[in-house]
Amino acid sequence: AAVPSQVVPGADPSVRQLCFCWGPAEMLVCETLFGRRGGSRSRSRRPLLPAALSRCVAGTGEAGPSSSRVFVVRKDQDIYIQTLRKLFNESHGIFLGLQRSEEELAGKPRKAQLVQVSKNYRSVIRACMEDMHQAAISTREPALQSQYSTQVSILSAMELIWNLCEILFVEAAAAGPLLLRLLDWVRLHVCDVDNMVREVLSSEQPSKHELFWNVVDIFVLQGRMDEARHLLSKEATAHPSSGNMYKILDDLMKKMPVPSLGNTQTLTEMELKWQHWHEECQRYLQDGTFASDPRMESICKILLGDEDAILEKKELMTTWYHFLVTRLLYSHPTVKPMELRFYAQAGNTRISSLDLFQGGESSPEPLDTILMAAFEFEIHQVIKECSIALSNWWFVAHLTDLLDHCKLLQSHNLYFGSNMREFLLLEYASGLFSHHSLWQLGVDYFDHCPEYGRVYLELHIERIPLNTEQKALKVLRICEQRQMHEQVRSICKIMAMKALRNNRLGSALSWSIRAKDAAFATLISDRFLKDYCERGSFSDLDLIDNLGPSMLLSDRLTFLGKYREFHRLYGEQRFKEAAQLLLMLMTAHIAPCSFWMTLLTDALPLLEQKEVIFSAEQTYELMGCLEDLTVGKSEKQKFQDDNETTKVEMLRLALARNLARVIVKEGTLEGS
Amino acid sequence: VWDKSENGDWHCTASWKTHSGSVWRVTWAHPEFGQVLASCSFDRTAAVWEEIVGESNDKLRGQSHWVKRTTLVDSRTSVTDVKFAPKHMGLMLATCSADGVVRIYEAPDVMNLSQWSLQHEISCKLSCSCISWNPSSSRAHSPMIAVGSDDNSPNILAKVQIYEYNENTRKYAKAEALMTVTDPVHDIAFAPNLGRSFHILAVATKDVRIFTLKPLRKELTSSGGLTKFEIHIVAQFDNHNSQVWRVSWNITGTVLASSGDDGCVRLWKANYMDNWKCTGILKGNGSPVNGSSQQGIFNTSLGSANTSLQNSLNGSSASRYFFPPLDSPRAGSRWSSHAQLLPPPPLIEHSCDADTANIQYPHPRRRCVARPLTLLPENEGV
Repeated sequence: AAVPSQVVPGADPSVRQLCFCWGPAEMLVCETLFGRRGGSRSRSRRPLLPAALSRCVAGTGEAGPSSSRVFVVRKDQDIYIQTLRKLFNESHGIFLGLQRSEEELAGKPRKAQLVQVSKNYRSVIRACMEDMHQAAISTREPALQSQYSTQVSILSAMELIWNLCEILFVEAAAAGPLLLRLLDWVRLHVCDVDNMVREVLSSEQPSKHELFWNVVDIFVLQGRMDEARHLLSKEATAHPSSGNMYKILDDLMKKMPVPSLGNTQTLTEMELKWQHWHEECQRYLQDGTFASDPRMESICKILLGDEDAILEKKELMTTWYHFLVTRLLYSHPTVKPMELRFYAQAGNTRISSLDLFQGGESSPEPLDTILMAAFEFEIHQVIKECSIALSNWWFVAHLTDLLDHCKLLQSHNLYFGSNMREFLLLEYASGLFSHHSLWQLGVDYFDHCPEYGRVYLELHIERIPLNTEQKALKVLRICEQRQMHEQVRSICKIMAMKALRNNRLGSALSWSIRAKDAAFATLISDRFLKDYCERGSFSDLDLIDNLGPSMLLSDRLTFLGKYREFHRLYGEQRFKEAAQLLLMLMTAHIAPCSFWMTLLTDALPLLEQKEVIFSAEQTYELMGCLEDLTVGKSEKQKFQDDNETTKVEMLRLALARNLARVIVKEGTLEGS
Repeated sequence: VWDKSENGDWHCTASWKTHSGSVWRVTWAHPEFGQVLASCSFDRTAAVWEEIVGESNDKLRGQSHWVKRTTLVDSRTSVTDVKFAPKHMGLMLATCSADGVVRIYEAPDVMNLSQWSLQHEISCKLSCSCISWNPSSSRAHSPMIAVGSDDNSPNILAKVQIYEYNENTRKYAKAEALMTVTDPVHDIAFAPNLGRSFHILAVATKDVRIFTLKPLRKELTSSGGLTKFEIHIVAQFDNHNSQVWRVSWNITGTVLASSGDDGCVRLWKANYMDNWKCTGILKGNGSPVNGSSQQGIFNTSLGSANTSLQNSLNGSSASRYFFPPLDSPRAGSRWSSHAQLLPPPPLIEHSCDADTANIQYPHPRRRCVARPLTLLPENEGV
């Protein structure tokens, strides 16, 4: 079996090894220094190593990479085509609408609704096709032009297949209306001949135009009777001599019974009328009414469903499926869906429309195979062939989802767990995730994959590069809405780590609070306090002032918040409250011991105020704190640091003086 | 180290010489732990690296600084692989060495990468070439590590061993060995778990093999708390037709890539019915690359390179094709840019009298048949 193979320019497979590494969606490939000998030099094979988010690394052995190039190989290249963005964006809305309607309208008749959804999808394809077409004719660059026109032809094939699936599977048109739908399908998609029609009709005297009869034939082949008759009437006035012949043909064309869309006639009625009309045509052909004019005779033969006569007009039909529909129109207009198989079937060269049309010359192409499978009602085969032939997952994912909503795929729900619908949606959404902005659409697709959607989303969303805070918040919101706690924690942790590394303490703190990461919050609080000790002021006051209940995340964070509160109270000259808080920080052991000296030093100005602030009891407690702090240290340590000793002496003095004042004051107050 | 910029270009931001022998592997820690790398080398050491953010404007000049935080010197032979443990286990890494010892280290303080304590030493008896942590974070699965050996002495010992952490003994113990793998193993990789009850393991030996390991219920086993596994081989491919050196999973574990002595990278994918198939081959064309010789990563996709290549080969008069021909149908199995494999059809069917107002959409109808040149049969060139 052949497998699509990609060429790495410059690498020589006969000489060099390739090495590779997976990224989130793409793969990096480069040539190594090492030859294909294997065995003996096995130790020298160097990999390109895992790309984490948006970085990659390569290790080298005895020598550097032989090729100076690393190639980025992308899957789902279509995702990157700018002009297809519309397709992805708009179909996303239709997809969501379809999933929602499932929940809302359970039990109600759904066919009309599903057909409408199908039409919406098709109109998006059409709109895209038009944009692409405009882009192709407005560009002057040949390479771009050919790229656009490839896309146009792929989109038009997708619409062609989708439309047929809509008729056969979604609408499931019954005998009668089925043929009318197929005729519309052919008219919509076989537009090569429209140029010819336009040219003839716009000429001064259409009936004199050399292609006049071709246009009449086209109309007849497509069952456009009124238009054909209109043209013929012009010709008739130009040839009064054969007026009778024209009149008879016109009459036959007028009387041709057509299946009705409503319930106005039964199939039997229709078949009966058809039989009469058919016999009438037969009579005129046999009695040689049209013998004098081969062009009109051939039309009469077409009306009779003569295969050879229809095949003679091969050039005007251009495709085998046009031939199939024309053949049905004039030989079996009340064809039942399941009888289509008989006319389409491959292999039988006497019956198969494909083989008759192509004379068995060449093997069918993928598009033919797909349409053939559809005519044979092999839905599974249609999806399979489309998966192989199309360059994106968009088509199969959305079509399969729609068919699944039509309850057509249940027999394919196999043991692997994720059924085909989910399998294809996962592939499509994974492709979207490789794009820097379309990934957001992928989220909703994963949401509607019950089996693996959640795990896929977790794996993909963890790897969205968080290059800005804004993007991180967006990803975070998505995770929070879905209660993906581990991912929320991980994202916050990554952001906190990043901020800390860049010395943005405020940001690091708020991210670690969001991550509820106590250990990290402690670490950052320590950094804040250290900064304060060094610089004498706090940064990120807004954040620290508004910690609220999140302050309780870690002891150190609580202390940071409370300590800042002390500074605020002090600044607002609410000395009594400030003093009480300061003391509480030590007595309740909220402050780390290493910070007590700083706190006691902060008490100094309060002790020196003109007004007495600390009560006698509080002063005793402060003294206790100071003694606790100094008692652990040896005499030697104490004397090592002069500054510290002075501070302790000053504190003792201030405390003693404050005690003296407060005893006097309290005694006085009690006495009065 | 290369960094990808906002506009998608890759820039080499750091490059340094270290170790006194070949560097076998380099690997990233999870970004939760900062920007951290580990490397291992023939020089019998492994090292942990951290990027430091300086006050200088190095970042603006597109340079980054990496400092060595620790050197792990416990091995007495070449350190052949180094892997960080899944992040839910904390900051941990495993190394393996040619003398058959797997070592597991932990950094108790994630803010201090210069302190690593050796937590476990597992003796595997066979020269080790590769290790892989089981990424499952499910509580139902104990920490697990697979070890591959490239011992090529003629014996029939199993070259892949599975070690599992036992909560009771607080030690790693051998839970299983893949008895069917007796040829030297060069690489090994657990697939992302996706919440499945079983594990998937890819092995690179003389061919590519994919195993499933289904834990049996513990009470049914007699090995004192160790999980036993029901092991099945679900795929075995000898398409490389030679030694396979690397295997690696994409992030969702849906595509496995392998490289081998045939000079190709091959891609393997299961369809929704769990049938594994080759879905793509990346190979060189042997022609020199034109243009600049500067070092770096070129953000050219293979697809576009391929198109231009093909156009030049096919010439303008070559067949116009609308869908790529494919020889055998493979449901859901497909790689990349089919659109790039085809030269485009003409937009205008009758281009000579093209009046833009009259351009019609070319409808997808039969055009002449030719195989695009780059569709190679599977075993061509091997």
